[in-house]
Amino acid sequence: MIRPIATTREMTGMPTGRLAVWWLIASEIVIFGGVLGSYLMHRIGHKEWAAASEHTNTWAGAFNTLVLLTSSLSAVLAHNAALRKDGKRAAKLLWATIGGGGIFLVVKSIEWTTEIQHGYTITANNFWSFYYTAAGLHGLHVIAGMIVMMFVAADAAKGKELQRVENAGLYWHFVDLVWIFLFPLLYIAK
Amino acid sequence: MSDTAHAPASNDAAHGHDAHGHPDSFYIRIWGILLVMLVISVAGPELAHRVVSNETVAFIIVLFTAFGIAIVKAYMVVKNFMHIGVEKKYVGYLLVTMLILMGLMLGGVGPDVLRHEGHRWVNQAAKDYKLPGDAEHGAPHEAHGEPASPVKH
Repeated sequence: MIRPIATTREMTGMPTGRLAVWWLIASEIVIFGGVLGSYLMHRIGHKEWAAASEHTNTWAGAFNTLVLLTSSLSAVLAHNAALRKDGKRAAKLLWATIGGGGIFLVVKSIEWTTEIQHGYTITANNFWSFYYTAAGLHGLHVIAGMIVMMFVAADAAKGKELQRVENAGLYWHFVDLVWIFLFPLLYIAK
Repeated sequence: MSDTAHAPASNDAAHGHDAHGHPDSFYIRIWGILLVMLVISVAGPELAHRVVSNETVAFIIVLFTAFGIAIVKAYMVVKNFMHIGVEKKYVGYLLVTMLILMGLMLGGVGPDVLRHEGHRWVNQAAKDYKLPGDAEHGAPHEAHGEPASPVKH
């Protein structure tokens, strides 16, 4: 049975789903841009933040950057597979991306557990409040992306809704982008 | 408003960015470059802190290797993974508009955040704060077992 679907918007000349994802990313720029910019200003304006930031685990942050960059690779390869109408390969690569998100969260939870056990809680000082808020907000986006990709992968494996592979990938690349800036701010600038 | 068509959903994959047509090896090469930049962004600041004694030089090295490379990495992801180059111009305008709005917001609050006092206010805790090294004449910062000074400002 053929069902009606919205394909290309007349005004913008692009598929509805992709347009929606770009609008989502645009709104996220303001959210994460505000968070990152505020952090940067506080970091420059308050020298005590530099002392507090010395206790973040650079190696955990670097490993998670490696994981997210790799998951972005699998997401774009999934998109490539979807363009070739190879739904099964696209689904496998999306599951690899979801796995990357899972590894990221596991490392993050180990890192947070260690920090909390050492007394660096969200109420320890303003740096740690910001650290948990920014990284936590990012972590929620990772979880959201993983959930979305599970549904997209399930359809893609059946060769359905392959255009969604690209849309999910766009969102995932943005999540990766946010981490690319969070990493030097929270882990390297000490 | 929307152009609604009757078509199998799977055919809609053709509406993706098939104009770029890169083979998988292209993306793997980009990923390799991103990993090399990641190594530099970690090694650069580490070396700057351990080897370079001049604080200004160390700061510049950190600035370029950590934040400079982050900007290049982000550009590579946007260009090669998100295919912004073959996307409609409208999307670029949308994203730049958001960046400008963000800049306006930060420009508006920046003066208050960066300063510790103004005409009718003072952030006394921030003004009084001294780094552990300043207060104890070079005493080392507390070990990872103790939280940093929980100063509020």
